[in-house]
Amino acid sequence: MILVYFIPVHFPTNLPNSIMPTVLNSLNSALHQALATDKRVILLGEDLLDPYGGAFKVTQGLSTDFPNRVLTTPISEAGIVGVATGMALRGLRPVVEIMFGDFLTLIADQVINHAVKFHWMYNHQVTVPLVIRSPMGGRRGYGPTHSQTLEKYFLGVPGLRVLAPCSLVDPGNILLQAILEGDHPTLFIENKLLYPLTVADSAVWDEFQISASEAQPNKQGFSLSESEDLYESQKSFHAPTYTLSLRGAPSPSITLTTYGYMAELARQAALRLAYEFEIFVELVIPIQLSPFNLGVLFESVNRTRKLLTVEEGTHDLGWGAEVLARAAETSGVNLDVASRLAAVNLPIPASGSLEAEVLPSVDHVVDRCLEISKRSIRL
Amino acid sequence: MENFSKGVFTGTTHTCLGQEANAVGVLSLLHPGDIVASNHRSHGHFLAYGGDLRALFAELMGKSTGVCAGRGGSQHLQWKDFYSNGIQGGIVPIATGMALAEKFKKGGLVTVAFLGDGTLGEGVVYEALNMASLWSAPILFVLENNHIAQTTPVDRAVAGSIPARFTAFGIPCSELDTSDVLEILLVAERLIQEVRTLTAPRAFVLHTCRFSPHSKGDDTRSTQEIECLRKERDPISILASRLEHSRRLEVESEVDNQITQAFEKALSDPFPSLASYV
Repeated sequence: MILVYFIPVHFPTNLPNSIMPTVLNSLNSALHQALATDKRVILLGEDLLDPYGGAFKVTQGLSTDFPNRVLTTPISEAGIVGVATGMALRGLRPVVEIMFGDFLTLIADQVINHAVKFHWMYNHQVTVPLVIRSPMGGRRGYGPTHSQTLEKYFLGVPGLRVLAPCSLVDPGNILLQAILEGDHPTLFIENKLLYPLTVADSAVWDEFQISASEAQPNKQGFSLSESEDLYESQKSFHAPTYTLSLRGAPSPSITLTTYGYMAELARQAALRLAYEFEIFVELVIPIQLSPFNLGVLFESVNRTRKLLTVEEGTHDLGWGAEVLARAAETSGVNLDVASRLAAVNLPIPASGSLEAEVLPSVDHVVDRCLEISKRSIRL
Repeated sequence: MENFSKGVFTGTTHTCLGQEANAVGVLSLLHPGDIVASNHRSHGHFLAYGGDLRALFAELMGKSTGVCAGRGGSQHLQWKDFYSNGIQGGIVPIATGMALAEKFKKGGLVTVAFLGDGTLGEGVVYEALNMASLWSAPILFVLENNHIAQTTPVDRAVAGSIPARFTAFGIPCSELDTSDVLEILLVAERLIQEVRTLTAPRAFVLHTCRFSPHSKGDDTRSTQEIECLRKERDPISILASRLEHSRRLEVESEVDNQITQAFEKALSDPFPSLASYV
């Protein structure tokens, strides 16, 4: 079967929203479809079996329909990823669920020294079609070890693709393609607060003009630094980046780039900034975080000359830092104001009121944009 | 070893001198398609599996004709159904997954995973043993206890019983303290047969001796101790003693000849170009 990866941004605006699935439904259907489509697909993870169906219910119903290909595992995150890597080396298409993104630290060696190494280290003689899914992020009061946003530690690992969908487009389509067509390890980050959101909700996103990048490396003609896209296996498959501006609004004056659930909060902030302050923000939302392609972002920056990065991970030495560094060092990018908004460099507190202070919120985004808009252009 | 100091071989290596009988005794019993998961000390396993000597030399030299075109080097070999990696214990769950994949495919293939006594310190090994037993993976775990992990003697690193580590997970374990390939062969034959016919894991603990340093020059043992091991536990001498003297000389000469030719060929092979490395 042929899957369309670059989903056209065409929302069925004539349909009532009840017909569109939630992100949770979308991911669950994608897993169901993957298992039904390809007998090589096998699911592994902790507590996946019905009636429980996984800690966040993404795998609900799958063990009932595919009892031999949904394996509930011991609490052995590294071991599970190792077993799945072995299965992938021998021609299966395993999908692993790591129950909380915080536990990705436990699989780091299996991912970095094993799964992503084999294809290159063994001179392209093997492939490792492995997808690791993990619910990530805070705002649910789970405290310091069950609320983190840790994907930053996996960005820039040669051979590893990191995808972080949001509710703007159907995450299930992206997951399905990664499972059925990817030949190399993929880390698929699912922010927990995305699960109940409606996919591509026209009532939510219709105020925006949306364009999707083709996301071919270097297509936009910016000179990329030498470290980008050296890895052969990373060139084949690239999820798009979306650019959103308010319909009928004046030209945006700030470019805001973010991903995952923060895209939803950035959307809310963009509306408030427009309606309350007449500040217009262009949102640039990548689905693929690593390896990455910033051409679309740079086009937006050249329109606004101001760039704000927003992420739920900790502030220092993270995704935003890399994005800003690339913007600064790439010739042809006219960047006058650069700013980062991220979680405070602290563990995430269990207390709801403290957690709200530590993680970037709509208010934080609005305040930062107000501050940026006042900043004079650097000469 | 002098080829490292001469710069012919680059990086490092971990020789299996003294442990050859383990690799030969177990791997000569494999069927086509059976899988081998090896570790940092992989040369013996690779050659016993049937790997090409010239390609191995070329890999050590970083040549484009190497097993992995010079990308992997000594510890990272892949050819046919042979895989090795340099992270202690890391390949054990992967081997378990490969065995489970083959069980899933119902092809009747067996996986052999090599571990050392030092590997027993790694937690992921126990995760793998648990899953191999839970899901009845057709895998033979071969633990080569050479009594020394880099420079640390086994009694400073491994508490309790080694076989009990396997039996605790419900994996039957056999144990031998020998350097005689024929003794190993007999037990390995039974174990591999059991793994294949019962589609279930087995373990084989082989007490053995490492004659050389861990890698190039990091041996803290006394020369006297090593000499003693070489005298009593050399698998080559043990097997050779069964041959008539003239036959032994013939075999040795043939092997030397093969090694020299393979080495010379690898020496004249080209280095890979940087452009090929992406």
